[in-house]
Amino acid sequence: MTSANAGEWPLWEIFIRSQHGLAHKHVGSLHASDAAMAVKNARDVYTRRNEGVSIWVVRSADIVASNPDARDELFDPASSKVYRHPTFFPMPEDVKHI
Amino acid sequence: MYAQQVDTGLAKVQSNAEMDAAERAFQARIDADVKIEPTDWMPEAYRRTLIRQIQQHAHSEIVGMLPEGNWIGRAPSLKRKAILMAKVQDEGGHGLYLYAAAETLGVSRDKLVEDLHAGKAKYSSIFNYPTLTWADIGAIGWLVDGAAIMNQIPLCRCSYGPYARAMVRICKEESFHQRQGYDIMLSLARGTPEQKAMAQDALDRWWWPSLMMFGPPDADSVHSAQSAKWKIKLLSNDELRQRFVDQTVPQADYLGIAMPDADLRWNEARGHYDFGAIDWSEFHNVLKGNGPCNRERLAARVEAWEDGAWVREAAVAYAAKEVLRQKEAA
Amino acid sequence: MSEPRIDYLLRLGDNALVLAQRLGEWIGHGPVLEEDIALANVGLDLLGQGRMWLSYAGELEGALSGHARTEDELAFLRDGGAFRNVQLVELPNGDFAVTMARQFYFDQAHLLLLRALAASVDPRVAEIAAKAAKEVAYHAERSADWVIRLGDGTAQSHARMQSAIDRLWPYTGELFAGDAVDAAIAAAGIGPDPATLRPAWLAAVDSVCAQATLARPTGEWMQGVQGRGGKQGVHTEHLGHLLAQMQFLQRAYPGAQW
Repeated sequence: MTSANAGEWPLWEIFIRSQHGLAHKHVGSLHASDAAMAVKNARDVYTRRNEGVSIWVVRSADIVASNPDARDELFDPASSKVYRHPTFFPMPEDVKHI
Repeated sequence: MYAQQVDTGLAKVQSNAEMDAAERAFQARIDADVKIEPTDWMPEAYRRTLIRQIQQHAHSEIVGMLPEGNWIGRAPSLKRKAILMAKVQDEGGHGLYLYAAAETLGVSRDKLVEDLHAGKAKYSSIFNYPTLTWADIGAIGWLVDGAAIMNQIPLCRCSYGPYARAMVRICKEESFHQRQGYDIMLSLARGTPEQKAMAQDALDRWWWPSLMMFGPPDADSVHSAQSAKWKIKLLSNDELRQRFVDQTVPQADYLGIAMPDADLRWNEARGHYDFGAIDWSEFHNVLKGNGPCNRERLAARVEAWEDGAWVREAAVAYAAKEVLRQKEAA
Repeated sequence: MSEPRIDYLLRLGDNALVLAQRLGEWIGHGPVLEEDIALANVGLDLLGQGRMWLSYAGELEGALSGHARTEDELAFLRDGGAFRNVQLVELPNGDFAVTMARQFYFDQAHLLLLRALAASVDPRVAEIAAKAAKEVAYHAERSADWVIRLGDGTAQSHARMQSAIDRLWPYTGELFAGDAVDAAIAAAGIGPDPATLRPAWLAAVDSVCAQATLARPTGEWMQGVQGRGGKQGVHTEHLGHLLAQMQFLQRAYPGAQW
C-alpha cells in the first residue's frame, strides 16, 4: 500500500472460520496498532452476527500475491488438463459406487 | 445516493477508438463481467473515480452515524435503544468496510479522513439535515436506508471486486435497518394524535431530501455515463428515484400519512407515479456546505479525530515498545 | 425496606443500564472507527444485561405487590433517588482515559461479582449471571488492554491514564461496601458479600497497573460508603442529567407506546 501516514495504524487482513467446519475465509480488513488488538477488533467488527468461531489476522503488508500480469502463464495451462477431473471418465451405468 | 455526484475527471465518455490497447483490453474485461482486482492494471481515471465514489460512500456512513446517534441517549424504550445502538454501530462497520475497499486502490484511510475534514471530500447531502424528533429516526430508517439499499443492491455487481464484496456484506447487514425504521413509523401511526403528527412532520421534512439522495437528473451528468460504462454505476439516478417513489408511496398510504407533494399521482399510462419538481438549488446549496447541519457534522468528526489523536499515538508507541521487548527477550 | 432481592436486582440492572447509557454517548465520537464499534458492543451487552435484571426485578415486585413494573417503567419512570447503581458508572465519560479507567474498575469488579452470582441459589440469577459473565470477561480484557496501552504508551497518555485512575479511585469503595441488603442477600445464598470480592479485585488492579507502569492509587477516602451512596439512592449531580436525557420522551408523552 502507498502513502500510509506516519503513525497510522497498520492494516490487517481478517480471516474467520465459521461454525460449520469450513476453512478460514477472508472477510475483510481493519486497522489495529498490533496483532493482539487486531484479533479483538476483528471480533468486534466481523463477528457481530455470530459469523465465526476462530479468527486469523495477517498484516496486509505481509501478504504475498501472484503477479496479475502472469495470469495467463500461471493459470491457463491447467485448463487443458481435463483428465484431472472425474467427469473426464465416463463410467458404464451398471458400475456403481465409483 | 451516498455517492451523489462523482467526478470522473473526464470531459466526455471515452469511445473505444480513443482508447489505447491496454484500455481496450480493460474495457473488454468489464464488458465480459470479469471483476477488476486491486493488483490488476486499470486506467488512472477509473482508479481515481472509484476512490472518489467509495470514499463518498464511506464518509456518508460515518457522518450518518451522527444524526441517528443524536437519539441513542433518548430512545423511548430499552428495546428501541438497543436496536438503534446496533444500527448506528453497523453504519460504523459499513464505513470501515468501504474505507478498506478504497485502501486497496492505494490510498490510506487517514488520508481519506483528512480530505473529509478539510472539506475536500463529499458525503451524502442527506446527513446535513437535523434529527429533531424520535420520528426522524423512523423516517431515516424507512426513507434514507430504503433509498440507500435501492442503490446498493446493484452495486453488489459492480466491476471492482473489493467494492462489490463490501457491498454484499453491507446489503446483508442493512436489511434490518429499513424495517426497523418502518416499524418505528408504524408504532407512531398507530399511536396518539401527537405521535401521528410527529410521523407526518418527519415525512414532510425528509421526503424531498430523500429524493435528492439519488443525485441530479441523468441529463445533467456526463460522469454518470462514463461510470455506467465502467460498471461502477449500474442504474441511472432517475431510474432509481422512480423506483423509490413507486415503492414508497403505498408504504406511506399504509401508515396513513400524506406525501408532501401536491403533484404526486399514479400515471396509468406510464405505470409509475408522477411526482413534483425537485428543488435542485437546495440540493446544490447543501452540497456546498449551506445545509442546516453541515458545520456541526464536520465539526463533530474533526473533534472526535483530534481528541483521539493522543489515543492512536499511544497505541502505536506501545506496539513499538512491545516489539522491542520481544526482540530483547529473544 | 421491601424485599431485599428486588433492591439487589435493581442495583445489578441499574449499574448495567446507566453504564450502557454512558457508552452510547461515544458512538460516532470515538478515537478510531474500530473503537466506536467495540464500545458499542460493550454498551449493547450491558444494555441487554440491564434489561434482564430489571425485568426480573419487575416480576418479583409484581408477585409481591400485585403490580409488576416493566423494564421500561423501571428505566424511564423512576426518579434518581430510586436508582440503585453505584456512583462510579454514572460519572461523565471525560476523555478516553477516564472512560477506560471507569470501565476497567467496573469490569474487574463486575466479572468477580457475576462469577459468584453464577452459583446463586436463585436459578434465574444464576442463569443471567452465567450469560453475562462471558460477555464481561471480554469487557474486562479490553479495558485492561487499554489501561496498559495508554499507561505504557506516550508520556501524554501515561499522564492522562494516571490522572484518570487517580480521579476515579474514590468511587471504587462503593463496589465492595456491604449494607443490610447485601447482608440479607449473602445470608440467603443469592449473592456474595461484596467485601469478599475486594482482595481479588485489588490483585487484578495491581497487576494491570504494574503492566501499565501506573501507580495504583492508595487513598483511603471513598465516596458513598457510609450507607449514603448510589446503592442506597444517593447519587452524584451527574445522574439527574443522564436521566433527564434518557427519560425525556417517556416523560413528555406519558403512556405513549413507541
